[in-house]
Amino acid sequence: MSSADIYREIILDYYRNPRNYGKIENPDISKHDSNPLCGDELEMHINIKDNKVSDVKFSGKGCAISQASASMLTELIMGKDFDYVKKLTKEDILENLGLPDLGPARIKCALLSLKVLKYGIYSYLSEKLNDTASADKIKEEASGLF
Amino acid sequence: MQASTLNIENIRKDFPILQRKVHTGKPLVYFDNAATSQKPIQVIDAIRDYYLNYNSNIHRAVHQLAEESTAAFELTRDKVAKFINAKNREEVVFVRGTTEAINLIAYSWGRQNVQKDDIIVTTEYEHHSNIVPWQLLAKEKGAKLQYIGVDDKGELILDQLDEYLDTGRVKLVTVSHMSNVLGTISPVEEIIRRCHKKGVKVLLDAAQSVPHMKADVQKLDCDFFVFSAHKMLGPTGVGVLWARREILDSMPPFHGGGDMIREVHKYETTWNDLPFKFEAGTPNIADVIGFSAAIDYLNAIGMDKVREHEVELTKYALDKISAVKGIVLYGTSDMSKRGGVISFNLGDIHPHDLATIIDEDGVAIRSGHHCAQVLMERLEVAATSRASFYIYNTKDEIDVFIRSLNRARELFRI
Repeated sequence: MSSADIYREIILDYYRNPRNYGKIENPDISKHDSNPLCGDELEMHINIKDNKVSDVKFSGKGCAISQASASMLTELIMGKDFDYVKKLTKEDILENLGLPDLGPARIKCALLSLKVLKYGIYSYLSEKLNDTASADKIKEEASGLF
Repeated sequence: MQASTLNIENIRKDFPILQRKVHTGKPLVYFDNAATSQKPIQVIDAIRDYYLNYNSNIHRAVHQLAEESTAAFELTRDKVAKFINAKNREEVVFVRGTTEAINLIAYSWGRQNVQKDDIIVTTEYEHHSNIVPWQLLAKEKGAKLQYIGVDDKGELILDQLDEYLDTGRVKLVTVSHMSNVLGTISPVEEIIRRCHKKGVKVLLDAAQSVPHMKADVQKLDCDFFVFSAHKMLGPTGVGVLWARREILDSMPPFHGGGDMIREVHKYETTWNDLPFKFEAGTPNIADVIGFSAAIDYLNAIGMDKVREHEVELTKYALDKISAVKGIVLYGTSDMSKRGGVISFNLGDIHPHDLATIIDEDGVAIRSGHHCAQVLMERLEVAATSRASFYIYNTKDEIDVFIRSLNRARELFRI
């Protein structure tokens, strides 16, 4: 993809005016991760109520792709069934971003938010719901992202 | 439009990679020289010649091939010694690179000489390779690691060095000769003078300086001096540790194995002479021989000419880049204190986004923390973009780079 395709108005808008940016006090799910290669950081906080995402916030610093991706992901999962959120794939995220053909050098930027989300769900499933089978599955998906 | 008195056109012909195109037909503009330099055909041919014609292990066998490979390997040592004006060839130890050289010093000299509550002093603009080995040593010994700060111009705050030296607990001051991020040339003569007055040893991380300016370890009067071949036209996997002979003599070995021994018995071993005491195992023979050709290449140009060319390019680039709307530059504008490295940010464009955009125009720069996260914290940025120049770069390439920066600026509507 050329950079003119990547850095469209909408990506820049989410980069400069991120939706759902911030933190939640005592969230059900809290996860922080960074990319050691570039130093980008991302933290996600989620509350689950009646098996739905009742609130979600993210914070961090990084490039336009990673920040827009995280912000759009929070919008995508807000109010959704937890089962839907658990099943989100790499393709869902890239499609949601409008960057289906992102090259190998930058795909990690786009997928960092999904990785943080999946590791967050893993901790939630294993520590709070004691569902080790589902937890292990999602952990494997997370580590397989990049 | 060419810079300085070098015949850049002829130099460029020696670097096959500079002929290649990237991203469907864009000429490569290689501005990531602080990470690694490109290699002239002479270096590539020297390595090829070794493998084709006299590949053989060194120092042991008596056959003709071994004689030839040993001679070529040891000739490189002589060339390195001359290149940095070492007093003795025995003071030149081949290692894998600057990182290994620093780890060797920390492991061998450091463990022998640094005790509990001692202080090791480094600076805020060090590469991680000149921080982490000292953190490991400090932790093991209960010693302290202290930092000389960096001021807003990107220069070291030397008063802080005096404060540390006054404690009487400092064992080593370890400083990069040139910052890989800011390009600042450290006032090393002054640092060494102040340290030696107090009997404190000084290590210079010369990874960024030796490729770009004349080095003279006797004149500098430092105690340790380390650098890598791959940033100075040579191959990867070769580096140099230089230290004064009496220091190397006093140090215990780093790795045990072949070539570093005199006699091995069941429970007792005596060490080989310098420099072999620190060269256990079969070394990187081919690449050391390749390094020989790199030194010849730089000598043929002359290090003063190399520096002159880079000063001219950097001045030109700083002048042009300053005019780009939204640019923030890091480091001093005094070219006498600066090498051919420019770190910058452009508006709110993250360096990775910027590097992606200008890569499309064929311009290879580095973006990120440059293995200097302590400095990033000091500058209060997550990352910077960095352009760094070498002998084959031209003002025309800088023009391409500037046009590309302006395209990025327009894409981000700055």
